[in-house]
Amino acid sequence: MRKGNVTGAKALLKALEAQGIEVIFGYPGGANLPIYDELSRSPIRHVLVRHEQGAAHMADGYARSTGKTGVCLATSGPGATNLVTGLANAFMDSSPLVAITGQVSRAMIGNDAFQEVDITGITIPITKHNYLVQEPWELPHVVEEAFYLAGSGRPGPVLIDVPRDVQQEEFSPHQAKFPQLEGYNPTLEGHPGQIKRAAALLKGAQQPLIVAGGGVYQAGAVQALRLLAEKADIPVIHTLMGKASFPNSHPLCLGLLGYHGRVAANTAVSEADVILAVGTRLADRSTGPLGTFARQARIIHVDIDPAEISKNVPAFLPIVGDAKGILIQLAGLLPPAKRAGWRARLEEVAAAHPLRGKLKGVSIPNILRLLRGLVDDPLMVTDVGRHQIFTAHYFPVDSERSFISSGGLGTMGFGLPAAIGAKVGNPGRTVVAVCGDGSFLMTCQEVATAVAENIPVVALVMNDYCLGMVKQLQDSFYGKRHESCRFGRNVDYARLAESMGALGVRVTAEGEIEPALREALASGRPAVVEFVLDEPANVYPMVTGASLLEYVE
Amino acid sequence: MKRVLTLLVENHQGVLSRIAGLFSGRGYNLETITAGVTVDPQVTRITLVCQGDDNVFAQIKKQLHKLIDVIKLTDLSEMPALHRELALIRVRAQGPDRGEIFQVADVFRARVLDVGLESMVMELTGASEKIDDFLSVLLPYGVLEVARSGLISMEKSKKK
Repeated sequence: MRKGNVTGAKALLKALEAQGIEVIFGYPGGANLPIYDELSRSPIRHVLVRHEQGAAHMADGYARSTGKTGVCLATSGPGATNLVTGLANAFMDSSPLVAITGQVSRAMIGNDAFQEVDITGITIPITKHNYLVQEPWELPHVVEEAFYLAGSGRPGPVLIDVPRDVQQEEFSPHQAKFPQLEGYNPTLEGHPGQIKRAAALLKGAQQPLIVAGGGVYQAGAVQALRLLAEKADIPVIHTLMGKASFPNSHPLCLGLLGYHGRVAANTAVSEADVILAVGTRLADRSTGPLGTFARQARIIHVDIDPAEISKNVPAFLPIVGDAKGILIQLAGLLPPAKRAGWRARLEEVAAAHPLRGKLKGVSIPNILRLLRGLVDDPLMVTDVGRHQIFTAHYFPVDSERSFISSGGLGTMGFGLPAAIGAKVGNPGRTVVAVCGDGSFLMTCQEVATAVAENIPVVALVMNDYCLGMVKQLQDSFYGKRHESCRFGRNVDYARLAESMGALGVRVTAEGEIEPALREALASGRPAVVEFVLDEPANVYPMVTGASLLEYVE
Repeated sequence: MKRVLTLLVENHQGVLSRIAGLFSGRGYNLETITAGVTVDPQVTRITLVCQGDDNVFAQIKKQLHKLIDVIKLTDLSEMPALHRELALIRVRAQGPDRGEIFQVADVFRARVLDVGLESMVMELTGASEKIDDFLSVLLPYGVLEVARSGLISMEKSKKK
């Protein structure tokens, strides 16, 4: 082994400290122990998870709730493969993450060594970029580059795979010249000519509409979007990822669009003549069948990733760049307007199609309604399933970074660990995870992490003893044949939580909802509240036909 | 429609996998891919031949652009360009056939690299269509083996 005054592991930690990293979510193993040994001498906080998937989701929740890049750490082999779901989830939702994995020593690579897996090969399609570090002296540069890539342009996860002997080898730091990233230069400034054309298009529109995606909040453009919408009096609808991109209680907000969208939102997108789509992929969950989507509209598509322009829906006028600057410039070019007729039309549709969920008994809408009365401006994190859509509809959020959900990948099990990560990044905020019984069980071991690390999140388990979204699909499209969607009644979630040291409360009657929520929120401890739902209620509206206007509500 | 792209990429491990994986993962049609280092040892030049309509092709270009290791992408379908492919062909060549094959090779300007008792190996460079034609003419003699390089391409020099 070559000699010098710093090991690869030490250089890695120093580089992370130089990035201002305050927390790493991780799990040790044979191939990353030199890093853990250095971690013991570092000011960086380490959160020991109970499964590496949890580490990736926590780093993701931390990133989405703070805007900073989240960091997770795993060992080689199974440690690395357990990160895969979390990386794919972060990739689909453009969340900035740096994942560090141990790898077997360089001489062993390719020998099918113990706990060896080609994690850089595996993660090529689900990372923005990845590295297999060959020499310890590369580490400071690789770490710096990885954080730059993860957090700039369209954010995403970056993986750094570090062989164990690279972590251990000593070297003398020197100011090596590294090649610049010649092939990476994200466009931030929107083209001024395109912005002018967009302003003209919006000015001439009779029935304009804004579709807000998650890119709006990621760009820090929530305020800019609101000012634009108010000045030009343009109604706003949002994707699931874009729920916190516009204040939900705002009179211009018509709610969620898409497969489970509000009738008013889906009507607006179908009748609009000009659509300003910002920071959205216009993915299939949002558009419904492409052949009938927004047929009346000329679409102005603002996105930082040129590959999203006209990928799914042809853009009439593309603007590539950072949403914030573009929206500010666009607002400056638009004259104040009033659109009484168009807004009245949409308000009429909204009034004719209110949400029809049950606001009584132990039902998800009722629980969310009562929760809203008890806590001011919570950070809401959801899992994936019916409860996710219920939360999108029934829990309005009005402040930035207040709604976190697995949108693109639809990862069951995301909720609890993402909430833990969000709470670490926002210790002063109330963080609530809304979970289904199926989702919660996928990563429920992280209750132990929350207790051990004293991270007081509140998880609400909406227990209908079944896989609700699966059941809903079977109800609608498979002749109500409920194959493999029912869970037995053998899990007591409150006792499960208590067994790991958390507060556990079980609610079976409407009168118990509020006291249970109060107790959990006031406890200052990680808490799990199980709600035994009156019935496994389906979530509506739901598009069932060949356009967003063919739905069940 | 067939399209030709050339890429300058960082000469890193795994860069070919990233490119090939992008095509398979997104369901794009990749016909040939060739790679070789440039005068700068840090940079590899790749020529890709792919199929797709205008929308698919626009996506292919954008997605390739997104790869961090891709430094420059040139669409040679849009400009006058030189396209060449190399083929090595082993053909059955016994008795009177041998003389005829020599004549055919001469017409196509193929080079004979190796002659054995029962077969011979020829090298032919040119447009892919020329290689296709040469192979069709050789078919009746018995083509035993073919190795084709895939296309390499370069923009034509400016004439004015």
